[in-house]
Amino acid sequence: MNIYAIIAIFKFEMSRTRRTLMQSIASPVISTSLYFVVFGAAIGSRMGQIEGVSYGAFIIPGLIMLSILNESISNAAFGIYLPRFMGTIYELFSAPVSYIEIVIGYVGAAATKSLILSFLILITARFFVDYQVLHPVWMFCFLFLTAITFSLLGFIIGIWADGFEKLQIVPLMIITPLTFLGGSFYTIDMLPPIWQKITLLNPVLYLISGFRWSFYGISDVQVGTSLGMIMVFLVICLTLVWWIFKTGYRIKS
Amino acid sequence: MNSFKNKGEFLQPIISVKELNKTYNNNFIALENIELDIYKGEIFALLGPNGAGKTSLINIICGIVNPSSGTIHANGYDIVSDYLKARSEIGLVPQELATDTFETVLASVNFSRGLFGKRPNPELVEKILKQLSLWKKRHSRIMTLSGGMKRRVMIAKALSHEPTILFLDEPTAGVDVDLRKGMWEMVRELRENGVTIILTTHYIEEAEDMADRIGVINKGKIILVDDKNTLMQKLGKKQLKLHLQSSLSELPAGLEEFNLELTNDGIELIYTFDSQSKDTGIVILLRKLNEHGVYFKDLQSSESSLEDIFVNLVRNQS
Repeated sequence: MNIYAIIAIFKFEMSRTRRTLMQSIASPVISTSLYFVVFGAAIGSRMGQIEGVSYGAFIIPGLIMLSILNESISNAAFGIYLPRFMGTIYELFSAPVSYIEIVIGYVGAAATKSLILSFLILITARFFVDYQVLHPVWMFCFLFLTAITFSLLGFIIGIWADGFEKLQIVPLMIITPLTFLGGSFYTIDMLPPIWQKITLLNPVLYLISGFRWSFYGISDVQVGTSLGMIMVFLVICLTLVWWIFKTGYRIKS
Repeated sequence: MNSFKNKGEFLQPIISVKELNKTYNNNFIALENIELDIYKGEIFALLGPNGAGKTSLINIICGIVNPSSGTIHANGYDIVSDYLKARSEIGLVPQELATDTFETVLASVNFSRGLFGKRPNPELVEKILKQLSLWKKRHSRIMTLSGGMKRRVMIAKALSHEPTILFLDEPTAGVDVDLRKGMWEMVRELRENGVTIILTTHYIEEAEDMADRIGVINKGKIILVDDKNTLMQKLGKKQLKLHLQSSLSELPAGLEEFNLELTNDGIELIYTFDSQSKDTGIVILLRKLNEHGVYFKDLQSSESSLEDIFVNLVRNQS
């Protein structure tokens, strides 16, 4: 294992985060704080409790999930797309680095950034609402698996994209709508029966549900199902990454 | 000690290319049946016109482009089945100025060293940056550097991981004369330390000055590989130019045995001869000219440059 290469990629990516601190960390924290102010304090104060949890506290797992999905994808996609765009990717593919090491470096850095961001949002949330974490180990497991899985998805998007516009399409056009419609701000019990069934097709629902369970012990679907779904996404993403490197799709002519 | 001069080492190729072919997805045939051996410790210049296949060949050896067929070994390691070991031997300075624009010089160079599995070595990095006159700029972002400096950063990145084989794909393009000379001094030093160097350049005088062997590639085919001096002897020609006192309308009879050419409205006479021959025929020619009443006021001799040879080779193939 080329440990120095993994460390080099990881450090290089993390230094990009330091360079763009406002964009990488401050911006998501500020926008999430605004969600707490608007949905938690202003609107939430007029809403009743949901399954014994105040509305402000109820939306915390959904908001963290919203950030972690978008940031994991964006960080990983940008991380691998930038060297492609600038032409420095030659160095990566002429170095004695295996594909696994490349993925560990880029995806590990993107996932780390997302995890840091998640904990910052958790700390920020404490200033607005009171919340508890019933199952901290499971909370970390859900966070970790989600960050890794969606960083892998971001890595795939970064390889697939042939312009900056495409980098934004999936987070903006797919992930954000699915997160909003996946129970970030409500339980699916609040929906009409037909929409409850349709919502079950939304994969993000399972992520938010399992994550919320780790906080309050309440969930829309079985925790085991949530965990199973994350594992399915993880396997799909790993398979796609393996295929990309095996075929050289968009990286080698 | 230059190991290239050592006969034992000379016979052992550090890079061996066999039956290499490359056809891109758009059916463009970039390389056709390439056979090439590069020996340990030599400076090998790969020359060819634009689009000849130089960069494709280099990119395949370095692992950036997939070969369509054929095999390549770098220091005995197959570049496909044993790519990790093969690549750890090779450094590349690509033709394109591709740099980590937003990073500092030092961070970018350290990144390259780490990528090649080498533990940090600040002393070595400092030495390389100083050699390339980049030390004072080590904390500058690459985007703030001039084109020549960026080129040197790319060289520093390639040297930072201590390759035994170094590909320099037009490394002096856009670099001013002083720096270019400095860079070639460093290349010579690397060679003295046992690094095998493969370079492409558009400044053919550089190849003439630096290279031990020359390879010429055109239209995806290697058309010639030879020792530089042998090549110059075999394909080069020497000319004697005589500036006559009065112009001639035609060559006097009796001079047919010489390879003479009357140029510049009959005021110049050019004699082409084999410089390697024991008897160049110059003495006899001058005597015969005198006998025929052809007098000259000045004379000068010239030898084909590598550029002349290269241009002729490529033109003949076209």
